[in-house]
Amino acid sequence: MTTVETAPPRPAAGPLPKGRQKTGRYFAYGFLILSIVPIVVGYAWLVIATVSTRTRGLLPINAEGGIGGLTLSNWDFVFDGAIWSAMLNSLLIAVAMVIGVGIASTSGGYALSRMKFPGRRGFLTMTLVLHAFKAEMLLIAIFFVLRFLGDIPIIGGFIGFNSVGGVALVMVALELPLGIWLMKGFFDNLSWDMERAALIDGASRFRVWWQIMLPQVRPGIAALSLFTFIVGWNAYLVPFTFTIGTKVANMPVFLNQLISDTAPVNWNLVAAVGLFQMIPLIIFFIFTQELLLNIYAGGTKGT
Amino acid sequence: MRVELDNLSKSWDDVIGADRITLDITDGELVAFLGPSGCGKTTTLLMVAGIYKPTGGTISFDGHVVNEVAPKDRGIGMVFQSYALYPHMSVFGNISYPLRLQKLGKGEIKERVQAVADMMGIGDLLDRKIAQLSGGQQQRVALGRALVKQPDLLLFDEPLSNLDARLRLTMRGEIKRLQEDLGITSIYVTHDQVEAMTMADRIAVMSKGVLQAYDVPEALYDRPKTLFVAAFVGNPPMNFFDVDIVRDNGDFRAKSEAIDLVLPQDRGEKAAAADGKVIMGVRPEDINVVGDATPPAEGLTLNGEAVVVEPLGREDLVGISINGVDMRVLVDKTKEVAVGDTISLVFNTSRAQFFDPETELSLLWA
Repeated sequence: MTTVETAPPRPAAGPLPKGRQKTGRYFAYGFLILSIVPIVVGYAWLVIATVSTRTRGLLPINAEGGIGGLTLSNWDFVFDGAIWSAMLNSLLIAVAMVIGVGIASTSGGYALSRMKFPGRRGFLTMTLVLHAFKAEMLLIAIFFVLRFLGDIPIIGGFIGFNSVGGVALVMVALELPLGIWLMKGFFDNLSWDMERAALIDGASRFRVWWQIMLPQVRPGIAALSLFTFIVGWNAYLVPFTFTIGTKVANMPVFLNQLISDTAPVNWNLVAAVGLFQMIPLIIFFIFTQELLLNIYAGGTKGT
Repeated sequence: MRVELDNLSKSWDDVIGADRITLDITDGELVAFLGPSGCGKTTTLLMVAGIYKPTGGTISFDGHVVNEVAPKDRGIGMVFQSYALYPHMSVFGNISYPLRLQKLGKGEIKERVQAVADMMGIGDLLDRKIAQLSGGQQQRVALGRALVKQPDLLLFDEPLSNLDARLRLTMRGEIKRLQEDLGITSIYVTHDQVEAMTMADRIAVMSKGVLQAYDVPEALYDRPKTLFVAAFVGNPPMNFFDVDIVRDNGDFRAKSEAIDLVLPQDRGEKAAAADGKVIMGVRPEDINVVGDATPPAEGLTLNGEAVVVEPLGREDLVGISINGVDMRVLVDKTKEVAVGDTISLVFNTSRAQFFDPETELSLLWA
């Protein structure tokens, strides 16, 4: 025998009860806050250390061991010429990289994405394979190349060994595979129709690239610029290897020189220089972040 | 502008996009390229536009071969399925782009853009961003951009496919009216045979890169030269039956296990020429349910069972099975046919088509 059971009336579907919604949100926020605490504490220490003579935990300590002893003496380096020279060199390397990688990647990425030419596939695989070689493996070979470049009359002094230009050149070359592949990916996602329409409207291929396609990949250019700027700004190995002395040292090399001197390391000074080094990155990020967020919000809008 | 395609071909390695297309388009004519996706119609259009380089044959505009002429120098305007508008420009920026590339004066550009925009009914949207427009408005902008340079030839690549059904109907009429008013020679690529039938002066039916037929719409509908054309043109599609043509007391009859129909003398004679098996095609509207208007006729009436009833509003599309042979028939709403009903059907064999099953060519018109 079968009995027909009537199911109890179900509550109307709708938003969760207020109480449960709130607990859920508290839990999520609690988790997020907990996970960023170490990072925040780290930065907090960095900031506090720069204005203290010594620190215990997050607290500044004076000579007697009590709380206090705040000082601005760690920032004295700002009045020293060496830091500004290092900063200028870092900036030169970073900007040269943004421009060099930007131009080569947007044009190269477009060609690889849109044009047919012999060796295209081979080139794509090669760049990817070569990207696997770390810069460390190539240091000696690059040294010979830079020596050779340095012997070229007139321009040799700007792009040879122990020059900012030479360092920038090497850094651009090492960053290009990533840049070209990244930009190729962005161009691949654009519709052919838009390009065809522009060709029919009377644009040359170069104009199509410049006026129609580049504006569509702006988020990609922003991302690539930010990445390369950071890489260039923080570059250590290549500048350290291919420069001698403080005149052509960039920020990370300068920072390293502070540590490796024979005198006991003043960590508070190192912290101050480190914080100082971050400032341009923060500024750069503020300017590009809106474009960067665009990537995740649908990228090529309106197509 | 007069357009002639002569043995136009395009292939990539071993893939054939278009195979020896030959046709001519007279000045002011609207020709539709009709076919299923992948049939080569867009490939052919892009060759006419100059985007693809032909691998064989020639394209001539007004008698001049233009194979090597760049797209921008061909005097064409093109409208794409995806609209292909420039999203970083305003409506004005989009429509004026071709004129700005021609380096015309600011005043003239403004004047011509405004005139075209007014004609397209988007004159008050010139400052808008593309993303702020609806699909229909975007399509008008695309059309305006194609028209603003006053092209000699307009190319449409499935321009209405992304619009909703109602808007498609409106735009269809508008494009046709505009094309007639301006008298611009046009090529219109579509997979929608209703669009092709209603808009085109002539239709080029394509399949697998080959031009199947090129004729006025009525001719394609009433006198299809190949099985493909018969099957592709017309909605709902034609019904096909495998039959034997036999001669019986001077009458030609189409016979199979399920079917036995008398054929008119002229068509029967041609169909019998293939001796034996042929494919007979009858359009859904040429099969009528027996009633007051269509009395049963000797040798033309068969009984079948309704298996599917699809209401179309004005009439029902009824799937009918006659001894296992399926067909679709348009039935008047008032007949109130229900699934399972047995109905008597009168076949209008004077409009039946016959095809050779081997060559798939028409036995009547080829």
